[in-house]
Amino acid sequence: MRRKLFLLTAGVLVAAACGGSQPEPETPAPAPIDSTAIKEQMRRDSIAAAERARAEAERRAAEERARAEAARITAMLTAELQERVQFDFDQSDIRMEFEANLNRKAAILMANAALRLRIEGHADERGSDEYNLALGNRRAESAKRYLVNAGVPDNRIEIVSFGEERPLDPASTEEAWAQNRRDEFRITAGGAQLTAPN
Amino acid sequence: MARALLTGLLVLMAGPLWAQDSVPPLDQGVRVGIEYTPGIRPRLLVFPMVGMDAAQAILQRDLDYSDRFEMIYLRNDGAGGFAGVNYELYRTLGAQFGLELVRSGTATIVRLHDLDVGEVRNHDTVVLPDSDAPDFRMAVHQLADEVVRWITGTPGYAASRLAYVGGKQLRVIDADGVDRSTLTPADQAVLSPQWSPDGRRIAYTHFTEGTGTLQLLFLASKSAVTVPNTRTGLNYTPAFSPDGRTLAFTRSGEGGTDIFSVNIGDMCCLQRLTVSRFADNLSPTFSPDGRRIAFVSTRAGPPQIYAMSADGTDQELLARFDFGATGSSFAPEWSPDGAQVAFHRAVEGRFQIFVMDLATRRVRQLTSSGRNEDPTWAPDGRHVAFVSTRSGQRQLWVIDTETGRIRQLPTPDTVRLPSWSPRLGGTAGANQ
Repeated sequence: MRRKLFLLTAGVLVAAACGGSQPEPETPAPAPIDSTAIKEQMRRDSIAAAERARAEAERRAAEERARAEAARITAMLTAELQERVQFDFDQSDIRMEFEANLNRKAAILMANAALRLRIEGHADERGSDEYNLALGNRRAESAKRYLVNAGVPDNRIEIVSFGEERPLDPASTEEAWAQNRRDEFRITAGGAQLTAPN
Repeated sequence: MARALLTGLLVLMAGPLWAQDSVPPLDQGVRVGIEYTPGIRPRLLVFPMVGMDAAQAILQRDLDYSDRFEMIYLRNDGAGGFAGVNYELYRTLGAQFGLELVRSGTATIVRLHDLDVGEVRNHDTVVLPDSDAPDFRMAVHQLADEVVRWITGTPGYAASRLAYVGGKQLRVIDADGVDRSTLTPADQAVLSPQWSPDGRRIAYTHFTEGTGTLQLLFLASKSAVTVPNTRTGLNYTPAFSPDGRTLAFTRSGEGGTDIFSVNIGDMCCLQRLTVSRFADNLSPTFSPDGRRIAFVSTRAGPPQIYAMSADGTDQELLARFDFGATGSSFAPEWSPDGAQVAFHRAVEGRFQIFVMDLATRRVRQLTSSGRNEDPTWAPDGRHVAFVSTRSGQRQLWVIDTETGRIRQLPTPDTVRLPSWSPRLGGTAGANQ
């Protein structure tokens, strides 16, 4: 009750404030005071105010849900974009198992025109240090060519090579080497909010 | 009988010594002096030197590391009783040559005694810096190289240094593995150091986030400039032309991996030397006459060693290989005498050091233990330094390609990508 009264008062105050800048209208003759009518008016106003508050809360909740959903989709798409592609020893050919992911990457890139990627090629420690820089570059090129062939504009993807300079796993084991022979995908622009492809 | 044979050999050795007054024709591909095989190297004794322990230790090691002598060591009893040269005594120790250093005021008199003949064969007077002065070690190294030249006709390689990537930094050490210093800050990743032919500059790659510029470091001022036209992509494996005016290098980027050159005399004029569409061309190295460049190419599948004219024309496969039988080959470096190219090649999945004789196109495998890679020639054209894992982590090793003697230059770093300097300083008489 107290809140309704407050809302009503606030409403009157707002009305008064709004009216302040208008030229003063002809003052009508004061109507006879009918307390029943006033009470009824207050009741209807309070119901309307409650309705508005509920609608506002619902709108906010919907917005919040939409935001959360957008964030969830962006996170999911970002994860797909960042998914690594791995390579065979001394090879830069895209393995069949990574084609589905690259197709998704291409679709996401095409659904989000502002999105830009940097592909980083990496090699394992078994190769020659300097040759590995060329090999990493070829691996990055290989993924870029796949995406461009799928329709992504060339100028939205840049490539760099780390050779063997930044291993994921510094161990000297088959598992570590397999992890380290990879492309990494970094979003350089337009990744704040992503739209899922149709 | 053996003694007579050895004496005969020493008489023969006197022949090539005419070369000592002129520039040894190393660069023309002619080797002056006698080719020593293990077992018949001359036996050399360094006489005890009163009050010159530091110089004696460096000299003895340099002469040993030249791999041209059997060194004979005497215990220095410190009594200072040494007076004169007792040829008879040293002959009984089996020595053929004796090296004597005597202080004379601020100077040092150096005498090479031919013990068989019983006379002084060469002598010189040098001024050595104080043993705690920064240029002391290099002055002794230069003296050692001169002594090698007196005996063999060609100077040693002691007065030189090695640059390498230690951790991620550019470091240099003397050719005997001592006097290490660091030339780049810890927050800068360095790749591909390469010593200039005049010994005054080192080119290297400053690597950042998958791209790299070429830097030219001036050793006297310790200041570096960025080589023009190397600000895009990843630029690495710089190689100086012998006149020091051109830098050939590899660029990886949107256009693939190819060899380019830039004029560092005028700091201009980028030129593309190879055009590969789906193959890589990398790791250039100039022949000492500046006319040819050896490099690695994947144009035929596995990486192999090719050569081309310095303008990029006239490309050929240098080292023959058989598909399936010959492993991938990398990191060529042309020898200072122009006669050989050193490189590393995969043998049963591990890298080993090879040298190819250009006249016969025959390759010779120099290593077989551990992983061995990135060979670089000493200025004597006979020793090769490389990175090996044979002692555990990647360390710097030096092999004498003629005797096969091998030694580690221990450093606290993980060593990568070494580059040997030319001879430093002028007194060894063969810096050109």
